[in-house]
Amino acid sequence: MSFLGSLTIGRKLTSISVLSSVTALLSASAAFLAYDVHTFRQSLTRRIATEAEIIGFNSASPILFKDAEAATAILNGLTAEPSVRAAAILDLGGTRFASYSREGAATPLAAPAGLPLTSQQFGPQGLLVSVPIQFEGRAVGRLLINAESRELRERQWRYAGIVAIVLACSFVLALAISRVVEKTISGPVLDLAATARRVSDGKDYTVRARPAGGDEIGALVSTFNAMLERIEGQNSDLEQARTELEKRVEARTRELAASNKELEAFSYSVSHDLRAPLRAIDGFSKALLDHCDASLDEKGRHYLQRVRAGTKRMGDLIDDMLGLAKISRKELTRQRVDLSAIAERVAAELAGRDSGHRLRVVVEAGLTATADSGLVEVLLENLMGNAWKFSSRKDDPTVQVGRVNGKGRVFYVRDNGAGFDMAYADKLFGAFQRLHSDAEFEGTGIGLATVQRIVNRHGGRVWAEGEPGKGAAFYFTLEGEA
Amino acid sequence: MRAKDILLVEDNSDDIELTVMALKEAKITNPVVVARNGVEALDYLFRTGTHAGRASADQPVVVLLDIKLPLLNGIDVLQRMREDERTRRTPVVMLTSSTEQADIVRTYDLGANSYVRKPVEFENFVVAARQLGLYWTVLNESPEPPA
Repeated sequence: MSFLGSLTIGRKLTSISVLSSVTALLSASAAFLAYDVHTFRQSLTRRIATEAEIIGFNSASPILFKDAEAATAILNGLTAEPSVRAAAILDLGGTRFASYSREGAATPLAAPAGLPLTSQQFGPQGLLVSVPIQFEGRAVGRLLINAESRELRERQWRYAGIVAIVLACSFVLALAISRVVEKTISGPVLDLAATARRVSDGKDYTVRARPAGGDEIGALVSTFNAMLERIEGQNSDLEQARTELEKRVEARTRELAASNKELEAFSYSVSHDLRAPLRAIDGFSKALLDHCDASLDEKGRHYLQRVRAGTKRMGDLIDDMLGLAKISRKELTRQRVDLSAIAERVAAELAGRDSGHRLRVVVEAGLTATADSGLVEVLLENLMGNAWKFSSRKDDPTVQVGRVNGKGRVFYVRDNGAGFDMAYADKLFGAFQRLHSDAEFEGTGIGLATVQRIVNRHGGRVWAEGEPGKGAAFYFTLEGEA
Repeated sequence: MRAKDILLVEDNSDDIELTVMALKEAKITNPVVVARNGVEALDYLFRTGTHAGRASADQPVVVLLDIKLPLLNGIDVLQRMREDERTRRTPVVMLTSSTEQADIVRTYDLGANSYVRKPVEFENFVVAARQLGLYWTVLNESPEPPA
């Protein structure tokens, strides 16, 4: 039955209805035929047996008087019975006394061995009836009649013909009916299948299958539609949530842009407005020193110098703060960056600044990262500048730039300078935080804040290790840790 | 021949005095005309408003232009100057406190000839003034003004 599996539902239904109608018809016909055969045999047997009784009764005296002619005449009366093929009168010894055979029937009839005197049986030759011929209650011979069931065969052929015609008609009828039924069953199923395909191909959840009747298929269709409705509902919920989210992101972006703009305006005004008074203070201090020298004593000149040093420092602070703000605003463009090359460049610049040429910078080769090269340069300038600054009082100032364990993503800048107390490690990276006085080392305290901001913008981490008098090491990563 | 004016467009009196002082210390002898806002600067350049009666039609040898100004700012002034045939080629040096890339790019796009940030330290300011004055009043050749 596996071939049924690949058929469409419509074909399956047709096959089933045709098969079942043919089966029903065939079994009914078979039963009817069997019954017909049975009744036919019964009536034939009864008829021939009756005939045999009569002929047997009439044949008693011809046997007694050995009148074969009369016996034959009696047998010839069987001509009226067309189904009788042959008949014979035998004496008790089995010798044929008289016989009859219809035209065309060749072999004269003989009693098979052991056949009881009274018997009726069907054999390959048809019906064989044997009755005793009696006289005064005593058997004097036997009569054998052989009747064939040709009539039955003819009838059976006729029946077969009728069955065949009826079968053909019912086949056609079953086909027609199943077509109609198919529409009501497989139609909705096919429609459902087509809808499902549309949904799965086009991701279109707004389509619906045509509603079917109240049967199981109808239930299936309405369940399917309900499912689609739920999916569509969820989709639209999702869509709504997405739109809302987008709106929120947009609003946040706007807010961010606004606060960025504010920050820009702030730094603009810092750079412009805060510097102007400083310029005035310094400029007029200088004018005082230059033009009013005569009316100033040593103390006055000293104070004015202090005023000018203060303005210079304020100017540096403002510049550094602006630099820090700029780093926060700058767009981050990641690309393959050669840290070794940048470090070498910074080292060369530091060497130029160091008039004594004592500074030794060791840069590990092949340091690369995916980062913003401009910001990495600022980062290394700050870290290496610090390292140079804080080791400048050593006899053999050395700055090392490398990678932890010679591989991985943790870089470091190490010096053998002043170092720091680890107790203050958390204060290192705060803006304007300093661990050394200006008298020890100059600085605005913005360098490491800048470093931290650059590292943060890369999603990395920065930390430091140090020991007073022995040196400091700054570690950093430029990529988020997975 | 009378030396051409230097037009200083600046609203901060401290800066005006310092700039004039710096130019003097730098031995720049050209007369310095001060405009305290953008409108006044344009009035001077185009001889309108308070400067309608300006005698000479000469354009200044250089305009030292601050960006942050009352009324019209320096960028507006520069734009008007470059749109006008009379001042299209007049040298303009942006002299300002701002180091905003946006300002630098914008003014160069509009045709500023130079962009100088005012240093806080007076010595440096004098150095800048001297270099500016020397360059624009002595070295630089400006095109003949249109007839």
